[in-house]
Amino acid sequence: MSDHTLIDAIARLVPVGSRVLDLGCGDGTLLAHLVKQRQCTGYGVEIDDAKVHACLQRGVNVLQLNLEDGLSMFDDKSFDVVLQIDTLQHLRNAQTMLLETARVGRLGVIAFPNFAHWPNRLSVLQGRMPVTKRLPYQWYDTPNIRVGTFADFEVLAQRNGLTIQDSFGLAEGRVVRSMVNLMASTAVFSVSL
Amino acid sequence: MIVTPQTHRFTEPLPLQSGAVLPAYELVYETYGTLNADRSNAVLICHALNASHHVAGVHADAQGQIVPRSEGWWDNMIGPGKPLDTNRFFVIGVNNLGSCFGSTGPTHINPATGQPWGADFPVVTVEDWVNAQARLLDVLGIQQLAAVMGGSLGGMQTLSWTLQYPDRMRHAVVVASAPNLTAENIAFNEVARRAIVTDPDFAQGFYLREGLIPKRGLRIARMIGHITYLSDDVMNEKFGRHLKPLAEQVAVAATGAEDDAARSPAEARAYRYSTQDVEFQIESYLRHQGDKFSEYFDANTYLLITRALDYFDPARAHGGNLAQALASAQASFLLISFTTDWRFSPARSREIVRALLQNRRDVSYAEIDAPHGHDAFLLDDPRYMQAVRAYFDHKVSIRA
Repeated sequence: MSDHTLIDAIARLVPVGSRVLDLGCGDGTLLAHLVKQRQCTGYGVEIDDAKVHACLQRGVNVLQLNLEDGLSMFDDKSFDVVLQIDTLQHLRNAQTMLLETARVGRLGVIAFPNFAHWPNRLSVLQGRMPVTKRLPYQWYDTPNIRVGTFADFEVLAQRNGLTIQDSFGLAEGRVVRSMVNLMASTAVFSVSL
Repeated sequence: MIVTPQTHRFTEPLPLQSGAVLPAYELVYETYGTLNADRSNAVLICHALNASHHVAGVHADAQGQIVPRSEGWWDNMIGPGKPLDTNRFFVIGVNNLGSCFGSTGPTHINPATGQPWGADFPVVTVEDWVNAQARLLDVLGIQQLAAVMGGSLGGMQTLSWTLQYPDRMRHAVVVASAPNLTAENIAFNEVARRAIVTDPDFAQGFYLREGLIPKRGLRIARMIGHITYLSDDVMNEKFGRHLKPLAEQVAVAATGAEDDAARSPAEARAYRYSTQDVEFQIESYLRHQGDKFSEYFDANTYLLITRALDYFDPARAHGGNLAQALASAQASFLLISFTTDWRFSPARSREIVRALLQNRRDVSYAEIDAPHGHDAFLLDDPRYMQAVRAYFDHKVSIRA
Protein backbone atom coordinates (compact mmCIF):
# COMPACT_ATOMS: atom_id res chain seq x y z
CA MET A 1 0.00 0.00 0.00
CA SER A 2 1.50 3.33 -0.99
CA ASP A 3 1.17 6.42 1.17
CA HIS A 4 -0.41 8.10 -1.83
CA THR A 5 -3.40 5.76 -1.79
CA LEU A 6 -3.94 6.32 1.90
CA ILE A 7 -3.61 10.09 1.57
CA ASP A 8 -5.99 10.27 -1.40
CA ALA A 9 -8.53 7.97 0.27
CA ILE A 10 -8.42 9.99 3.49
CA ALA A 11 -8.51 13.34 1.72
CA ARG A 12 -11.73 12.35 -0.05
CA LEU A 13 -13.36 11.89 3.37
CA VAL A 14 -12.44 15.44 4.43
CA PRO A 15 -14.84 18.11 3.15
CA VAL A 16 -13.19 20.99 1.30
CA GLY A 17 -12.42 23.92 3.61
CA SER A 18 -12.59 21.84 6.81
CA ARG A 19 -10.90 22.84 10.02
CA VAL A 20 -8.89 19.71 10.84
CA LEU A 21 -6.94 18.27 13.74
CA ASP A 22 -4.49 15.55 12.73
CA LEU A 23 -3.61 13.43 15.78
CA GLY A 24 -0.22 11.81 15.31
CA CYS A 25 0.42 13.83 12.17
CA GLY A 26 3.90 12.42 11.52
CA ASP A 27 5.93 14.56 9.14
CA GLY A 28 2.84 16.59 8.18
CA THR A 29 2.44 15.16 4.66
CA LEU A 30 -1.31 14.59 4.98
CA LEU A 31 -1.97 17.91 6.68
CA ALA A 32 0.04 19.78 4.03
CA HIS A 33 -1.95 17.91 1.34
CA LEU A 34 -5.28 18.87 2.95
CA VAL A 35 -4.20 22.51 3.29
CA LYS A 36 -3.03 22.71 -0.30
CA GLN A 37 -5.47 20.47 -2.18
CA ARG A 38 -8.62 20.85 -0.09
CA GLN A 39 -8.21 24.36 1.34
CA CYS A 40 -8.29 23.04 4.91
CA THR A 41 -6.94 24.82 7.97
CA GLY A 42 -5.82 23.23 11.20
CA TYR A 43 -3.12 21.65 13.28
CA GLY A 44 -1.14 18.48 13.60
CA VAL A 45 -0.30 16.91 16.94
CA GLU A 46 2.97 15.02 17.19
CA ILE A 47 5.28 13.97 20.03
CA ASP A 48 8.42 13.03 18.10
CA ASP A 49 11.09 15.77 17.84
CA ALA A 50 12.20 14.86 14.31
CA LYS A 51 8.62 14.74 13.02
CA VAL A 52 7.77 18.06 14.67
CA HIS A 53 10.77 19.51 12.89
CA ALA A 54 9.62 18.00 9.57
CA CYS A 55 6.19 19.63 10.05
CA LEU A 56 7.80 23.02 10.72
CA GLN A 57 9.82 22.57 7.55
CA ARG A 58 6.60 21.99 5.64
CA GLY A 59 5.17 25.14 7.15
CA VAL A 60 2.16 23.36 8.69
CA ASN A 61 0.94 24.12 12.20
CA VAL A 62 2.21 21.46 14.59
CA LEU A 63 1.72 21.10 18.33
CA GLN A 64 4.20 18.96 20.24
CA LEU A 65 1.94 17.18 22.72
CA ASN A 66 1.63 13.70 24.17
CA LEU A 67 -1.69 12.18 23.09
CA GLU A 68 -1.58 9.91 26.15
CA ASP A 69 -2.24 13.10 28.16
CA GLY A 70 -5.61 13.45 26.40
CA LEU A 71 -7.07 16.25 24.32
CA SER A 72 -7.84 18.74 27.10
CA MET A 73 -6.11 21.38 24.98
CA PHE A 74 -9.02 21.30 22.54
CA ASP A 75 -12.60 22.49 23.06
CA ASP A 76 -15.74 20.49 22.30
CA LYS A 77 -16.64 20.40 18.61
CA SER A 78 -13.83 22.81 17.77
CA PHE A 79 -12.85 20.91 14.60
CA ASP A 80 -14.81 19.78 11.56
CA VAL A 81 -12.64 16.71 11.18
CA VAL A 82 -10.30 14.93 13.59
CA LEU A 83 -7.88 12.53 11.93
CA GLN A 84 -6.28 9.52 13.58
CA ILE A 85 -4.25 8.01 10.80
CA ASP A 86 -2.11 5.09 12.01
CA THR A 87 -2.28 6.58 15.49
CA LEU A 88 -4.88 4.54 17.36
CA GLN A 89 -2.75 1.42 17.45
CA HIS A 90 0.06 3.25 19.31
CA LEU A 91 -2.11 4.54 22.15
CA ARG A 92 -2.54 2.87 25.49
CA ASN A 93 -5.90 4.62 25.97
CA ALA A 94 -7.26 3.91 22.49
CA GLN A 95 -10.91 3.88 23.54
CA THR A 96 -10.61 7.14 25.50
CA MET A 97 -8.93 8.74 22.53
CA LEU A 98 -11.74 7.61 20.25
CA LEU A 99 -14.26 9.28 22.54
CA GLU A 100 -12.10 12.37 22.81
CA THR A 101 -11.92 12.47 19.02
CA ALA A 102 -15.71 12.44 18.91
CA ARG A 103 -15.88 15.18 21.55
CA VAL A 104 -13.43 17.51 19.80
CA GLY A 105 -14.60 17.00 16.21
CA ARG A 106 -17.80 16.67 14.24
CA LEU A 107 -16.34 13.92 12.11
CA GLY A 108 -13.59 11.46 12.99
CA VAL A 109 -11.49 9.74 10.36
CA ILE A 110 -9.61 6.75 11.70
CA ALA A 111 -7.23 4.45 9.84
CA PHE A 112 -5.19 1.59 11.26
CA PRO A 113 -3.67 -1.72 10.14
CA ASN A 114 -6.28 -4.45 9.87
CA PHE A 115 -4.95 -7.40 11.80
CA ALA A 116 -7.54 -9.70 10.16
CA HIS A 117 -6.06 -9.20 6.67
CA TRP A 118 -5.67 -12.71 5.27
CA PRO A 119 -1.84 -12.86 5.22
CA ASN A 120 -1.90 -12.03 8.92
CA ARG A 121 -4.43 -14.78 9.59
CA LEU A 122 -2.30 -17.21 7.62
CA SER A 123 0.75 -16.32 9.62
CA VAL A 124 -1.04 -16.78 12.95
CA LEU A 125 -2.47 -20.11 11.72
CA GLN A 126 1.15 -21.17 11.09
CA GLY A 127 1.84 -20.26 14.68
CA ARG A 128 3.77 -17.03 14.09
CA MET A 129 2.86 -13.39 14.51
CA PRO A 130 2.68 -11.68 11.12
CA VAL A 131 5.53 -9.60 9.77
CA THR A 132 4.39 -7.84 6.58
CA LYS A 133 4.91 -4.66 4.65
CA ARG A 134 2.01 -3.15 6.61
CA LEU A 135 3.05 -4.68 9.96
CA PRO A 136 6.82 -4.73 9.56
CA TYR A 137 7.69 -5.25 13.24
CA GLN A 138 8.53 -8.33 15.26
CA TRP A 139 6.10 -9.07 18.07
CA TYR A 140 8.67 -8.02 20.66
CA ASP A 141 9.53 -4.61 19.21
CA THR A 142 6.28 -3.43 17.67
CA PRO A 143 5.02 0.03 18.54
CA ASN A 144 1.51 -1.27 17.73
CA ILE A 145 0.21 -1.96 21.21
CA ARG A 146 -3.48 -2.03 20.20
CA VAL A 147 -3.87 -4.52 17.38
CA GLY A 148 -7.47 -4.72 16.17
CA THR A 149 -9.43 -5.66 13.10
CA PHE A 150 -11.85 -3.91 10.78
CA ALA A 151 -14.67 -5.92 12.39
CA ASP A 152 -13.45 -5.11 15.91
CA PHE A 153 -13.64 -1.40 15.22
CA GLU A 154 -17.23 -1.64 14.03
CA VAL A 155 -18.11 -3.15 17.42
CA LEU A 156 -16.09 -0.54 19.35
CA ALA A 157 -17.72 2.33 17.44
CA GLN A 158 -21.19 0.95 18.06
CA ARG A 159 -20.50 0.33 21.74
CA ASN A 160 -19.41 3.96 22.15
CA GLY A 161 -22.43 5.40 20.37
CA LEU A 162 -20.53 6.47 17.28
CA THR A 163 -22.23 6.40 13.89
CA ILE A 164 -20.12 4.98 11.09
CA GLN A 165 -20.58 7.34 8.14
CA ASP A 166 -18.35 5.37 5.82
CA SER A 167 -15.95 2.49 6.11
CA PHE A 168 -13.72 0.67 3.70
CA GLY A 169 -10.35 -0.94 3.44
CA LEU A 170 -7.16 -0.39 1.52
CA ALA A 171 -4.91 -3.05 0.04
CA GLU A 172 -2.15 -2.90 -2.54
CA GLY A 173 -2.96 0.69 -3.38
CA ARG A 174 -6.67 0.02 -3.96
CA VAL A 175 -9.84 0.75 -2.07
CA VAL A 176 -11.52 -2.46 -0.86
CA ARG A 177 -15.25 -2.47 -0.24
CA SER A 178 -16.14 -6.16 -0.18
CA MET A 179 -14.96 -8.73 2.38
CA VAL A 180 -12.98 -5.87 3.88
CA ASN A 181 -12.06 -7.66 7.08
CA LEU A 182 -10.33 -10.38 5.07
CA MET A 183 -9.05 -8.45 2.08
CA ALA A 184 -7.81 -5.08 3.48
CA SER A 185 -4.44 -4.39 5.08
CA THR A 186 -5.69 -1.02 6.30
CA ALA A 187 -9.09 -0.26 7.83
CA VAL A 188 -10.56 3.21 7.30
CA PHE A 189 -13.57 4.59 9.19
CA SER A 190 -15.36 7.88 9.10
CA VAL A 191 -17.45 8.26 12.28
CA SER A 192 -19.62 10.87 13.96
CA LEU A 193 -21.49 11.06 17.25
CA MET B 1 29.90 40.46 12.73
CA ILE B 2 31.05 43.71 14.36
CA VAL B 3 28.16 45.88 15.51
CA THR B 4 27.89 49.38 16.93
CA PRO B 5 25.04 50.44 19.20
CA GLN B 6 23.04 53.47 18.12
CA THR B 7 21.00 55.89 20.17
CA HIS B 8 17.83 57.73 19.28
CA ARG B 9 16.51 60.56 21.40
CA PHE B 10 12.71 60.87 21.53
CA THR B 11 11.35 64.29 22.44
CA GLU B 12 7.67 63.42 22.24
CA PRO B 13 6.55 62.48 25.78
CA LEU B 14 5.69 58.82 26.38
CA PRO B 15 2.51 58.26 28.41
CA LEU B 16 2.97 55.26 30.70
CA GLN B 17 0.43 52.70 31.86
CA SER B 18 0.72 53.96 35.44
CA GLY B 19 -0.50 57.40 34.35
CA ALA B 20 2.96 58.92 34.63
CA VAL B 21 4.60 60.47 31.58
CA LEU B 22 8.22 60.17 30.52
CA PRO B 23 8.89 63.63 29.04
CA ALA B 24 11.83 62.66 26.84
CA TYR B 25 13.95 59.55 26.59
CA GLU B 26 16.63 57.72 24.67
CA LEU B 27 16.55 54.21 23.29
CA VAL B 28 19.77 52.37 22.49
CA TYR B 29 19.55 49.76 19.77
CA GLU B 30 21.55 47.62 17.38
CA THR B 31 20.65 46.25 13.98
CA TYR B 32 21.97 43.23 12.08
CA GLY B 33 21.54 42.45 8.39
CA THR B 34 19.99 44.74 5.79
CA LEU B 35 16.50 46.16 5.59
CA ASN B 36 15.13 45.15 2.20
CA ALA B 37 13.65 47.56 -0.36
CA ASP B 38 10.04 47.23 0.73
CA ARG B 39 10.97 47.06 4.42
CA SER B 40 9.30 43.72 4.97
CA ASN B 41 12.12 41.66 6.49
CA ALA B 42 12.54 43.28 9.91
CA VAL B 43 12.52 41.16 13.07
CA LEU B 44 12.42 42.76 16.51
CA ILE B 45 14.12 40.98 19.42
CA CYS B 46 12.80 41.71 22.92
CA HIS B 47 15.18 41.14 25.81
CA ALA B 48 14.67 39.57 29.21
CA LEU B 49 15.64 40.64 32.71
CA ASN B 50 19.38 41.21 32.61
CA ALA B 51 19.98 41.47 28.88
CA SER B 52 20.20 44.40 26.50
CA HIS B 53 20.07 45.65 22.91
CA HIS B 54 23.32 43.76 22.27
CA VAL B 55 21.67 40.65 20.92
CA ALA B 56 24.19 39.38 18.38
CA GLY B 57 27.62 40.06 16.93
CA VAL B 58 30.63 41.49 18.73
CA HIS B 59 31.80 44.96 19.66
CA ALA B 60 35.06 46.52 18.51
CA ASP B 61 37.26 48.98 20.38
CA ALA B 62 38.36 52.37 19.04
CA GLN B 63 41.17 50.70 17.09
CA GLY B 64 38.70 48.35 15.39
CA GLN B 65 39.88 45.35 17.40
CA ILE B 66 37.18 42.90 18.48
CA VAL B 67 36.49 43.16 22.19
CA PRO B 68 37.04 39.67 23.69
CA ARG B 69 33.92 37.91 24.94
CA SER B 70 31.64 40.68 23.65
CA GLU B 71 29.22 38.34 21.84
CA GLY B 72 25.57 39.33 22.06
CA TRP B 73 23.33 37.40 24.43
CA TRP B 74 21.55 35.55 21.61
CA ASP B 75 24.57 35.33 19.28
CA ASN B 76 24.05 31.55 18.97
CA MET B 77 20.57 32.20 17.55
CA ILE B 78 21.00 35.29 15.41
CA GLY B 79 23.57 36.11 12.74
CA PRO B 80 24.62 35.17 9.21
CA GLY B 81 23.58 31.56 8.56
CA LYS B 82 22.19 31.14 12.07
CA PRO B 83 18.62 30.01 12.89
CA LEU B 84 17.42 33.60 12.56
CA ASP B 85 19.53 34.33 9.52
CA THR B 86 20.66 37.95 9.15
CA ASN B 87 21.48 37.26 5.49
CA ARG B 88 17.71 37.22 4.99
CA PHE B 89 16.29 39.22 7.88
CA PHE B 90 16.99 42.67 9.27
CA VAL B 91 17.14 42.14 13.03
CA ILE B 92 16.71 44.86 15.63
CA GLY B 93 17.76 44.62 19.26
CA VAL B 94 16.53 47.41 21.52
CA ASN B 95 17.30 48.17 25.15
CA ASN B 96 14.19 48.76 27.23
CA LEU B 97 13.35 51.84 29.26
CA GLY B 98 14.41 51.53 32.88
CA SER B 99 17.43 49.44 31.96
CA CYS B 100 21.00 50.15 33.00
CA PHE B 101 22.55 49.36 29.62
CA GLY B 102 22.04 52.62 27.78
CA SER B 103 18.36 53.45 27.26
CA THR B 104 16.91 55.98 29.67
CA GLY B 105 16.74 54.48 33.14
CA PRO B 106 17.17 55.17 36.85
CA THR B 107 20.94 55.78 36.57
CA HIS B 108 20.32 58.63 34.12
CA ILE B 109 19.80 62.25 35.08
CA ASN B 110 16.24 63.31 35.84
CA PRO B 111 15.94 66.62 34.00
CA ALA B 112 13.57 67.91 36.71
CA THR B 113 16.18 67.57 39.49
CA GLY B 114 19.54 67.39 37.77
CA GLN B 115 20.18 64.25 39.87
CA PRO B 116 20.03 60.58 38.86
CA TRP B 117 16.43 59.39 38.65
CA GLY B 118 17.01 56.66 41.24
CA ALA B 119 13.76 55.54 42.87
CA ASP B 120 11.90 58.40 41.14
CA PHE B 121 12.12 56.66 37.78
CA PRO B 122 8.53 55.84 36.85
CA VAL B 123 7.32 52.26 36.93
CA VAL B 124 7.40 50.88 33.40
CA THR B 125 5.38 47.92 32.16
CA VAL B 126 5.69 45.44 29.33
CA GLU B 127 3.06 47.49 27.49
CA ASP B 128 5.10 50.68 27.95
CA TRP B 129 8.18 48.97 26.56
CA VAL B 130 6.25 47.79 23.53
CA ASN B 131 4.93 51.31 22.90
CA ALA B 132 8.47 52.67 23.06
CA GLN B 133 9.71 49.92 20.72
CA ALA B 134 6.95 50.80 18.24
CA ARG B 135 8.15 54.39 18.21
CA LEU B 136 11.64 53.19 17.37
CA LEU B 137 10.16 51.31 14.40
CA ASP B 138 8.55 54.58 13.28
CA VAL B 139 11.99 56.18 13.35
CA LEU B 140 13.46 53.28 11.36
CA GLY B 141 10.63 53.57 8.83
CA ILE B 142 9.30 50.06 9.47
CA GLN B 143 5.53 49.83 9.30
CA GLN B 144 5.22 46.05 9.69
CA LEU B 145 7.61 43.56 11.24
CA ALA B 146 8.10 40.12 9.73
CA ALA B 147 8.32 38.87 13.32
CA VAL B 148 8.78 39.76 16.95
CA MET B 149 10.76 37.28 19.03
CA GLY B 150 11.73 36.98 22.67
CA GLY B 151 12.36 34.56 25.52
CA SER B 152 11.07 34.74 29.10
CA LEU B 153 10.19 38.38 29.79
CA GLY B 154 11.05 38.99 26.12
CA GLY B 155 8.35 36.46 25.24
CA MET B 156 5.87 38.49 27.28
CA GLN B 157 6.76 41.57 25.23
CA THR B 158 6.32 39.53 22.06
CA LEU B 159 2.88 38.39 23.21
CA SER B 160 1.98 41.96 24.13
CA TRP B 161 3.09 43.13 20.68
CA THR B 162 0.50 40.85 19.09
CA LEU B 163 -2.21 42.57 21.15
CA GLN B 164 -1.00 46.18 21.07
CA TYR B 165 0.06 46.33 17.42
CA PRO B 166 -1.62 43.36 15.71
CA ASP B 167 -1.31 44.88 12.23
CA ARG B 168 2.34 45.81 12.63
CA MET B 169 3.65 42.22 12.72
CA ARG B 170 3.12 38.93 10.93
CA HIS B 171 4.75 36.39 13.27
CA ALA B 172 5.38 36.01 17.00
CA VAL B 173 8.08 33.68 18.35
CA VAL B 174 7.54 33.26 22.09
CA VAL B 175 10.15 31.17 23.92
CA ALA B 176 10.05 29.93 27.54
CA SER B 177 7.42 32.45 28.51
CA ALA B 178 4.05 32.71 30.25
CA PRO B 179 0.79 34.65 30.02
CA ASN B 180 1.50 36.00 33.53
CA LEU B 181 3.56 35.10 36.60
CA THR B 182 2.29 32.61 39.14
CA ALA B 183 2.26 33.45 42.87
CA GLU B 184 5.45 31.42 43.35
CA ASN B 185 7.14 33.39 40.59
CA ILE B 186 6.11 36.73 42.06
CA ALA B 187 7.33 35.43 45.41
CA PHE B 188 10.84 34.83 44.04
CA ASN B 189 10.85 38.35 42.62
CA GLU B 190 9.73 39.76 45.95
CA VAL B 191 12.52 38.02 47.87
CA ALA B 192 15.02 39.48 45.40
CA ARG B 193 13.53 42.95 45.76
CA ARG B 194 13.52 42.78 49.56
CA ALA B 195 17.18 41.77 49.49
CA ILE B 196 17.94 44.94 47.55
CA VAL B 197 15.62 47.34 49.34
CA THR B 198 16.75 46.26 52.82
CA ASP B 199 20.43 46.65 51.97
CA PRO B 200 21.56 49.65 54.07
CA ASP B 201 23.39 50.97 51.00
CA PHE B 202 20.12 51.16 49.05
CA ALA B 203 19.39 54.58 50.59
CA GLN B 204 15.71 54.50 49.62
CA GLY B 205 16.78 54.07 46.03
CA PHE B 206 18.94 57.21 45.88
CA TYR B 207 22.23 55.40 46.49
CA LEU B 208 23.95 57.07 43.52
CA ARG B 209 23.53 60.50 45.11
CA GLU B 210 25.16 59.10 48.24
CA GLY B 211 27.95 57.45 46.29
CA LEU B 212 26.74 54.02 47.38
CA ILE B 213 25.78 50.78 45.60
CA PRO B 214 23.60 48.16 47.35
CA LYS B 215 25.85 45.31 46.27
CA ARG B 216 24.81 42.93 49.02
CA GLY B 217 21.20 43.10 47.96
CA LEU B 218 22.06 42.72 44.29
CA ARG B 219 24.22 39.69 45.03
CA ILE B 220 21.43 37.91 46.88
CA ALA B 221 18.87 38.87 44.23
CA ARG B 222 21.11 37.32 41.59
CA MET B 223 21.73 34.19 43.65
CA ILE B 224 17.99 33.60 43.97
CA GLY B 225 17.51 34.21 40.27
CA HIS B 226 20.25 31.76 39.35
CA ILE B 227 18.73 29.00 41.46
CA THR B 228 15.41 29.37 39.69
CA TYR B 229 16.90 29.48 36.18
CA LEU B 230 18.49 26.04 36.58
CA SER B 231 16.91 22.64 37.05
CA ASP B 232 17.55 20.43 40.06
CA ASP B 233 19.14 17.83 37.77
CA VAL B 234 21.54 20.23 36.11
CA MET B 235 22.55 21.73 39.43
CA ASN B 236 23.23 18.26 40.83
CA GLU B 237 25.14 17.24 37.77
CA LYS B 238 27.21 20.41 37.76
CA PHE B 239 27.84 20.80 41.49
CA GLY B 240 26.33 17.88 43.35
CA ARG B 241 27.59 17.91 46.93
CA HIS B 242 31.13 18.66 45.83
CA LEU B 243 33.11 20.68 48.30
CA LYS B 244 35.11 23.71 47.38
CA PRO B 245 38.71 22.53 47.18
CA LEU B 246 41.20 24.07 49.55
CA ALA B 247 44.78 24.04 48.34
CA GLU B 248 46.38 22.76 51.54
CA GLN B 249 43.63 20.24 52.34
CA VAL B 250 43.73 18.86 48.80
CA ALA B 251 47.44 18.31 49.28
CA VAL B 252 46.80 16.48 52.55
CA ALA B 253 44.11 14.37 50.95
CA ALA B 254 46.39 13.49 48.04
CA THR B 255 49.24 12.29 50.25
CA GLY B 256 47.33 10.84 53.15
CA ALA B 257 44.41 9.25 51.32
CA GLU B 258 44.43 5.51 51.88
CA ASP B 259 40.74 4.59 51.76
CA ASP B 260 39.40 7.43 49.63
CA ALA B 261 41.00 6.46 46.35
CA ALA B 262 37.69 6.37 44.49
CA ARG B 263 36.72 9.87 45.54
CA SER B 264 38.08 13.07 44.09
CA PRO B 265 40.46 15.04 46.33
CA ALA B 266 37.81 17.75 46.71
CA GLU B 267 35.27 15.27 48.04
CA ALA B 268 37.78 13.55 50.20
CA ARG B 269 38.69 16.61 52.19
CA ALA B 270 37.06 17.02 55.56
CA TYR B 271 34.25 19.45 56.27
CA ARG B 272 35.37 22.75 57.72
CA TYR B 273 32.48 22.81 60.17
CA SER B 274 32.00 26.49 59.49
CA THR B 275 28.62 28.18 59.17
CA GLN B 276 29.87 31.14 57.20
CA ASP B 277 32.72 30.01 54.95
CA VAL B 278 32.04 28.59 51.53
CA GLU B 279 31.86 24.83 51.97
CA PHE B 280 30.07 23.50 48.89
CA GLN B 281 30.86 24.33 45.27
CA ILE B 282 27.32 25.49 44.62
CA GLU B 283 27.84 28.18 47.26
CA SER B 284 31.01 29.30 45.59
CA TYR B 285 29.26 29.42 42.22
CA LEU B 286 26.32 31.44 43.49
CA ARG B 287 28.56 33.89 45.34
CA HIS B 288 30.66 34.34 42.20
CA GLN B 289 27.58 34.98 40.06
CA GLY B 290 26.24 37.40 42.66
CA ASP B 291 29.54 39.29 42.86
CA LYS B 292 29.79 39.61 39.08
CA PHE B 293 26.20 40.82 38.78
CA SER B 294 26.53 43.42 41.54
CA GLU B 295 29.42 45.00 39.63
CA TYR B 296 27.38 45.86 36.54
CA PHE B 297 23.66 45.80 37.27
CA ASP B 298 21.65 48.66 38.73
CA ALA B 299 19.50 47.95 41.77
CA ASN B 300 16.59 50.18 40.74
CA THR B 301 16.60 48.56 37.31
CA TYR B 302 16.29 45.16 38.99
CA LEU B 303 13.28 46.40 40.97
CA LEU B 304 11.66 47.92 37.88
CA ILE B 305 12.14 44.91 35.62
CA THR B 306 10.95 42.35 38.15
CA ARG B 307 7.89 44.54 38.72
CA ALA B 308 7.22 44.64 34.97
CA LEU B 309 7.25 40.84 35.09
CA ASP B 310 4.80 40.79 38.01
CA TYR B 311 2.38 43.24 36.43
CA PHE B 312 2.17 41.58 33.02
CA ASP B 313 -1.22 39.90 32.73
CA PRO B 314 -3.10 40.57 29.48
CA ALA B 315 -6.06 38.45 30.64
CA ARG B 316 -6.65 40.72 33.65
CA ALA B 317 -8.70 43.23 31.66
CA HIS B 318 -10.82 40.31 30.41
CA GLY B 319 -11.81 38.79 33.74
CA GLY B 320 -8.88 36.38 33.57
CA ASN B 321 -10.00 34.99 30.22
CA LEU B 322 -6.82 34.61 28.18
CA ALA B 323 -8.65 33.51 25.03
CA GLN B 324 -10.66 36.72 25.11
CA ALA B 325 -7.48 38.72 25.74
CA LEU B 326 -5.78 37.18 22.71
CA ALA B 327 -8.77 37.73 20.41
CA SER B 328 -7.17 40.81 18.89
CA ALA B 329 -3.96 39.01 17.91
CA GLN B 330 -3.53 38.52 14.17
CA ALA B 331 -0.02 37.06 14.05
CA SER B 332 1.01 33.49 13.40
CA PHE B 333 2.76 32.04 16.44
CA LEU B 334 5.63 29.73 17.27
CA LEU B 335 5.82 28.87 20.96
CA ILE B 336 8.67 26.93 22.50
CA SER B 337 9.06 25.67 26.06
CA PHE B 338 11.54 23.44 27.87
CA THR B 339 10.44 20.45 29.93
CA THR B 340 12.70 21.19 32.93
CA ASP B 341 11.91 24.91 33.07
CA TRP B 342 10.00 25.28 36.32
CA ARG B 343 10.08 29.08 36.36
CA PHE B 344 8.26 29.36 33.00
CA SER B 345 6.95 25.83 32.73
CA PRO B 346 5.57 24.14 29.59
CA ALA B 347 2.11 24.24 31.18
CA ARG B 348 2.22 28.06 30.99
CA SER B 349 3.16 28.00 27.30
CA ARG B 350 0.37 25.49 26.70
CA GLU B 351 -2.10 27.97 28.22
CA ILE B 352 -1.11 30.44 25.53
CA VAL B 353 -1.37 27.76 22.83
CA ARG B 354 -4.85 26.82 24.04
CA ALA B 355 -6.03 30.44 24.01
CA LEU B 356 -4.67 30.81 20.48
CA LEU B 357 -6.46 27.64 19.35
CA GLN B 358 -9.67 29.04 20.75
CA ASN B 359 -9.09 32.07 18.53
CA ARG B 360 -8.25 29.88 15.54
CA ARG B 361 -4.86 31.48 15.12
CA ASP B 362 -1.99 29.83 13.29
CA VAL B 363 0.20 28.33 16.00
CA SER B 364 2.98 25.80 16.27
CA TYR B 365 4.34 24.62 19.60
CA ALA B 366 7.57 22.78 20.36
CA GLU B 367 8.19 21.34 23.81
CA ILE B 368 11.90 20.67 24.02
CA ASP B 369 13.00 17.92 26.39
CA ALA B 370 16.10 19.79 27.58
CA PRO B 371 17.70 19.35 31.01
CA HIS B 372 18.81 22.95 31.58
CA GLY B 373 15.75 24.58 33.13
CA HIS B 374 14.83 28.13 32.19
CA ASP B 375 18.41 28.81 31.03
CA ALA B 376 17.76 26.45 28.10
CA PHE B 377 16.33 29.30 26.07
CA LEU B 378 19.81 30.84 25.84
CA LEU B 379 21.62 27.56 25.15
CA ASP B 380 22.36 25.52 22.05
CA ASP B 381 19.96 22.57 22.09
CA PRO B 382 19.88 21.43 18.42
CA ARG B 383 16.13 20.63 18.50
CA TYR B 384 15.42 24.16 19.73
CA MET B 385 17.71 25.77 17.17
CA GLN B 386 16.24 23.63 14.36
CA ALA B 387 12.69 24.53 15.31
CA VAL B 388 13.43 28.26 15.15
CA ARG B 389 15.36 27.85 11.90
CA ALA B 390 12.60 25.81 10.26
CA TYR B 391 9.98 28.35 11.31
CA PHE B 392 11.88 31.34 9.94
CA ASP B 393 12.95 29.47 6.78
CA HIS B 394 9.58 27.99 5.86
CA LYS B 395 6.88 30.06 7.53
CA VAL B 396 8.09 33.65 7.81
CA SER B 397 7.78 35.20 4.39
CA ILE B 398 9.32 38.42 3.18
CA ARG B 399 7.79 40.21 0.28
CA ALA B 400 10.86 41.35 -1.59
